[in-house]
Amino acid sequence: MGAIMPVSTNTAGKKVWQLRNRNETLTRWFCFLVLVATFMWCWKYISDATTWFFVWDAPNIAADIGSRAFPPRWSYMDKLWGPIWDTLNIATIGTVLALIIAVPVAFLAARNTTPSTLFIRPIALLIIVSTRSINSLIWALLLVAIIGPGTFAGLIAIAIRSIGFCAKLLYEAIEEIDHKQVEAITATGASRMQIMIYAIAPQILPAFAGISVFRWDINIRESTVLGLVGAGGIGLQLQSSLNTLAWPQVTLILTVILVAVVIGEWVSAKVRGAII
Amino acid sequence: MSAATLEARLGQRWRKPPFIRNNLLRWAMAAGVFAYLILAIGSFDVNWARVNEGLVRGWLFIKAFMSPDFLSRSIEIREGMLESVIITITSTVVGVLISIPIGLGAARNIAPLPVYLICRGIITLSRALNEIIVAILMVAIFGFGPLAGFITLSFATIGFLSKLLAEDIEDMDKAQAEAIRATGSSWMQWINYGVQPQVMPRLIGLSMYRLDINFRESAILGLVGAGGIGATLNTAFDRYEFDTAAAILIIIIVTVMVLEYLSGFIRAWVQ
Repeated sequence: MGAIMPVSTNTAGKKVWQLRNRNETLTRWFCFLVLVATFMWCWKYISDATTWFFVWDAPNIAADIGSRAFPPRWSYMDKLWGPIWDTLNIATIGTVLALIIAVPVAFLAARNTTPSTLFIRPIALLIIVSTRSINSLIWALLLVAIIGPGTFAGLIAIAIRSIGFCAKLLYEAIEEIDHKQVEAITATGASRMQIMIYAIAPQILPAFAGISVFRWDINIRESTVLGLVGAGGIGLQLQSSLNTLAWPQVTLILTVILVAVVIGEWVSAKVRGAII
Repeated sequence: MSAATLEARLGQRWRKPPFIRNNLLRWAMAAGVFAYLILAIGSFDVNWARVNEGLVRGWLFIKAFMSPDFLSRSIEIREGMLESVIITITSTVVGVLISIPIGLGAARNIAPLPVYLICRGIITLSRALNEIIVAILMVAIFGFGPLAGFITLSFATIGFLSKLLAEDIEDMDKAQAEAIRATGSSWMQWINYGVQPQVMPRLIGLSMYRLDINFRESAILGLVGAGGIGATLNTAFDRYEFDTAAAILIIIIVTVMVLEYLSGFIRAWVQ
């Protein structure tokens, strides 16, 4: 009993202590009820939309795909080096482009460096929110519709998606700087630009480097799938292999992606460890 | 700094110390970065004529944002949004429920080594695989529809939440847990009264954060047939119905903002 209910009873079986008072217990119970009811309703929706016959058949299908997918077709690797190079470039140049735009946006968005809290800061924040809340795959979809398929669309998609992310973390770092250093540089009669370079930049440089490497790592992951909507990189090969049901190639591509992601994470962890 | 060197440096202009002290290394790195940039930028074949043509369409799209069309496809949009929200809620609940035992197993100070290795393996696998790739496989196995999206996002939630939960458990205050142990508690009681209260606020905060991420991700699952608003969005783009696409994007942005605000509020309230 005591294992579940935090209630103490005396020898006569009368309650002498319990963890929460009645109202709290009722509130919690009610919240729990709402959660369970919502979940059940949602589950019914999914269940209605599912063809359960396929689901019961899923183990067979998975086994079937698995048996087709092994061993991976290693000879296909020759055709993958180009897309891998493209993927790496999309991620790296995309990060660089994003940083070039994110730095000024971050300075305009930070409360202590923005020229105007009333007009410019909301605009900068709007840029950050709107680029951040849309996934890079959707940006890619949009850009493929606008500027045509290819690595360029992927590059721009990655760059736009990263602006908001980098600018947000960067402006938070700017807002947390030590004001004494800024004051000291200001006291020497430095101009606004000089204050930025000598007082603010050195303080946010470690954060900046950390954010760039962190985002680069994420961009490697994201650029591997951009090809699914036609925006270049290794995802293009994945898409065509999936469309032709060439499962051994799919296995090889997935392995390559997995290795790329692990290497990216390792590099970013090393670099961040060296900086911080 | 001694007086002599100070004397020698008087009258000289101060120069910023270089970022990398070794001259050779500095120039070699700069040259390497430069060479990579040239090669990489050269590898993008940009068809400027096509881009130019596209700018007109881009402008149309921006104009569509000024006059988004919520109405002509309102039924599809409503269905898609409902499905996205449902996938988000169910996958977060199930993902959190599964990540609690896995998170416990992946904390080195609680779990024995074999359990630890298995749980860490699951976490690594889940984090390394992109949601879209998992979704493709799930659609291939379970067929089209929200079930594939639900499984995908639950799986992704496990990697995210278990890892952070395990780290939080590893950082917990040992004294409290030991105090519960000293009362002669069973293992369940130890977890329930010694560990859980310490990590609960963060667990709730992270779950809210993950709810937010899951919604964003559910918006793209439709691209590969795993249900949600993504399918509607994809169709709108394919038909160049930019005003409908703009409406969907606005709905996504607003929902994400509301969720982010809510999750921030709940996290602040819990912690």
